[in-house]
Amino acid sequence: MDEGLKNELQKQGVFTTTLEEIYNWGRRNSIWPLQFGLACCAIEMIATTMARYDLARFGAEVFRPSPRQADLMIVAGTVTKKMAPQVVRLYNQMAEPKYVIAMGACAISGGPFKQGYNVLKGIDRFIPVDVHIPGCPPRPEALIHAFMTLQRKIAEQELIGAAQPRHLNPDAPSEFPVPQYGEHDLQPPNNPKVWRAPALVR
Amino acid sequence: METLAQIKSRIEAAVPGATVQIISNDSPAAQNSLLVDRAHAVAVAQFLRDDAELKFDYCSNVTGVDWPQAELTEKIKIKKLVDGVEKEVEEVKKTIRPAYLEAVYHLYSMEKKHGPVILRMRTEDRAEKTHLPSLTPVWRSCEFQEREIFDLFGITFDGHPDLRRILMWEGYKDHPMRKDYVEPDDYEYEPTPHDEVLEKAKKHYPAAS
Ligand code: SF4
Repeated sequence: MDEGLKNELQKQGVFTTTLEEIYNWGRRNSIWPLQFGLACCAIEMIATTMARYDLARFGAEVFRPSPRQADLMIVAGTVTKKMAPQVVRLYNQMAEPKYVIAMGACAISGGPFKQGYNVLKGIDRFIPVDVHIPGCPPRPEALIHAFMTLQRKIAEQELIGAAQPRHLNPDAPSEFPVPQYGEHDLQPPNNPKVWRAPALVR
Repeated sequence: METLAQIKSRIEAAVPGATVQIISNDSPAAQNSLLVDRAHAVAVAQFLRDDAELKFDYCSNVTGVDWPQAELTEKIKIKKLVDGVEKEVEEVKKTIRPAYLEAVYHLYSMEKKHGPVILRMRTEDRAEKTHLPSLTPVWRSCEFQEREIFDLFGITFDGHPDLRRILMWEGYKDHPMRKDYVEPDDYEYEPTPHDEVLEKAKKHYPAAS
């Protein structure tokens, strides 16, 4: 619809929209996060939801204790190799459409424990991540910024065509293989369909 | 609190057959410790806990140390006859330190408000005979920390009520805190690699064409 005509009509009290817009508007303003935290970053996540930062302004105050009712997984904290299968399993149990924010240096790369023997070097090795936030820990503002980035991302999704979100594409996977505990490391140590080591050129 | 030497002689009097050795620490901390033999360690621990003067009722920390085999060089001065004149000359003495694993316990007394006394135990070697008696029956706070040592160093604590891995999973084969542990090669980009990390990074560079 022509933008000028839309504005004219709006002045007369007639509102027009598209199904896509209203669908995305509804989805992006009611993203319920999954209630779980893994390490120190979770404390900042908790602070974000409380009175001072008030994540409720963005429609995300309802933290769900069940993955079946959650739309967003905030991976807040260090993902140890022992915990990684459980995180992937929780992600698999969430219903589409679902999103992931990797919060903090640990969740995006292993952070201060990157060279450690027991820490996964980023949850994006096993599940697709929508927004990465650096920081150790990121401040609540950073989490809110990530949240707004995610909302913008949802607003731009098209219901048909190439920019279609994953949950509308029946061929796209919504579950990802859960890694097994191996004798020396997780098996496999990453999911090559989701993550590839950056090429090193020097 | 009594000095370490006093505690040592009292232990030897109270626990017949126990061999206790004072391990001196030459660093500025000068925190000397007691090395006890495996066979009498539980009795020694019980004595330290129950003795009316010592009352070490709290074990604050248990940790492990890996000592691989090493060649120690020591400079000693000896008197020698050189051309008929007695002179002092330096000689280098080499000794081989056998490999072993060590568990270190830090003991305090809440009641007497003193401590710490540091207790050490050593395994026979670091390959197979890696057994030590568990002190969890004496101090309950050792339970998780002995499990951690079992997990990361591979010391088996006999008499522990629930000896399982604690940080890594069941079925994991390595002991990551041992000095010869080789981590899985999942190298990722590092902005300023150096030393071992640089060596590792080089293996991941594309082959020069
Ligand atoms: S990124 Fe920093 S604050 Fe966050 S979990 Fe890791 S260590 Fe803790």
